[in-house]
Amino acid sequence: MDKHVIETRQLSLFYGAFQALTNIDLNIGERRITALIGPSGCGKSTLVRVFNRMNDLIEGVSVTGSVVVQGENIYKPDTDLITLRRKVGMVFQRPNPFPLSVYKNITFGLEIHRKGSNVEFPNIVEQSLRNVLLWDDLKDRLEDSAMRLTLEQQQRLCIARVLAMKPQIILMDEPCSALDPIATLKIEELMQQLKKEYTIVIVTHNMQQAARASDFTAFLYLGQVIEYGETKRIFAAPTEKQTEDYITGRFG
Amino acid sequence: MRFRKAKEFVIERLIYLSGFMSIVFVVLIFAFLLKEGLSMFWRVPISDFLFARNWYPISDPPQFGILPLILGSIFVTAGAGVISIPIGIGSALFIAEIAPRRTKEVLKAGIELLAAIPSVVIGFIGMVTLVPLIKNLFDLSTGLTALTGSITLAFMAMPTIVSIAEDAITAVPRQYREAAVAMGATKWQTTWRIVAYAARPGMVAAIMLGIGRVIGETMAVMMVTGNAALIPHSMLQPVRTLTATIAAEMGETVQGGEHYAALFAIGIVLFIVTFLINGVADVYLHKTKK
Ligand SMILES: Nc1ncnc2c1ncn2[C@@H]1O[C@H](COP(=O)(O)OP(=O)(O)OP(=O)(O)O)[C@@H](O)[C@H]1O
Ligand SMILES: [Mg+2]
Repeated sequence: MDKHVIETRQLSLFYGAFQALTNIDLNIGERRITALIGPSGCGKSTLVRVFNRMNDLIEGVSVTGSVVVQGENIYKPDTDLITLRRKVGMVFQRPNPFPLSVYKNITFGLEIHRKGSNVEFPNIVEQSLRNVLLWDDLKDRLEDSAMRLTLEQQQRLCIARVLAMKPQIILMDEPCSALDPIATLKIEELMQQLKKEYTIVIVTHNMQQAARASDFTAFLYLGQVIEYGETKRIFAAPTEKQTEDYITGRFG
Repeated sequence: MRFRKAKEFVIERLIYLSGFMSIVFVVLIFAFLLKEGLSMFWRVPISDFLFARNWYPISDPPQFGILPLILGSIFVTAGAGVISIPIGIGSALFIAEIAPRRTKEVLKAGIELLAAIPSVVIGFIGMVTLVPLIKNLFDLSTGLTALTGSITLAFMAMPTIVSIAEDAITAVPRQYREAAVAMGATKWQTTWRIVAYAARPGMVAAIMLGIGRVIGETMAVMMVTGNAALIPHSMLQPVRTLTATIAAEMGETVQGGEHYAALFAIGIVLFIVTFLINGVADVYLHKTKK
């Protein structure tokens, strides 16, 4: 396999006394789309939120084992979360643009990270919107509130605002679950474009989506990685009985 | 079954009626104010009433210019706003976003307690503590000043501002905060740039309602501002507000007389001002709900 940008070793995570992840060893390849699948409550969201330490926001969470992102163990005590989260962007299940203008949604990240001078902002905004194929639709509506966009446009904007920060990894937690099938396909196309430059980890409930859009797939069950490998192989010839049951829809 | 239906019907009607009554009461009160006060404007033109510089209601001939009273109210209110708005919004942000759960509970209980203190008690405390303090601090002949009134009233506006602004801040959807934090924003950047921004309409409403309370307040302000109906030139002079004037003079008037009508005319002015302020607050409150 190619170069790994994320490596977890014996990763376990507890919500208080409840163990949500158990001994996870996972290598995520650079510029690949890795899908996390599994039944509801198996720990997919918990796992992606480990990679940018969003779990820190929840009281009583504790983590053991190591998570190395681009050579750095991000659970070291002196980890700079701000830099980490700039490098590892996140797209959420429900589109959640800020209640600001389209333009400000994108410059927010630049401003808080003091990236580039204001003179470059218009260029960065244009480039980010072009990357998510929104520029032609929105170039005359940059001052409109992002809340007035369609859900698909909002989700694209959320991706654009992450791209503007030039991250290396993009985490997506069921990014299409609020979208209709056509918008879903369009976002998947976009992901194929983005993987030329970015590493993408996507959580999905949708088997077809994982099969269509990802290069690698990890099947999680009850907080453990049951099977992990190339998507083609996992869907064609799963080695574990549980994986097979899940992808053929016998449970989950 | 029939009984339950009838019961529902009666309860529904009662609720409808009580909602309706509150509007009726407001209209009746305003009608009463107009009936008693409007005659003032046949005698003195509105512009003279509002902008003449002298309020000598019992000299001969009497002069009914409420400009000093309007300025008194504006001085006291503006001062109270300058003090209570930043502190109130700051505390609301602290309580809603930063304070750990226990601190939050304690602070919220404290704010509710502050709101429950009768205004005469706040006025009394202001009179025995603040008045001498201001007198000594600024070396004045009297500590009964607009500033004293402002500080006292700031304590009364604060609970309203804090509790309504805190509600508005808490109502900001969690996804906005998550999105900001996931982009690497600090707590402060998230709070200030996203949460406070999103809660702006609610905060404006909170400020308006707080200020509305200050303008309408009478007892506390009468006790600490010195009640001199003169045009004020600084915060360190005694002033008299519109409300204090009505309260102080109503007892000495003859019902139906000129002075009596003048006080009711002041009531009309106050009614319209508070009505407008509450209206603005309402518009902004509905904006947050959407
Ligand atoms: N904040 C929390 N506190 C306690 N337990 C939690 C918390 N968040 C999640 N859990 C538990 O951890 C387990 C994994 O949850 P997680 O949200 O990661 O599942 P998921 O695979 O993303 O599910 P879904 O497909 O429904 O989104 C679940 O059993 C859930 O109940
Ligand atoms: Mg989930």
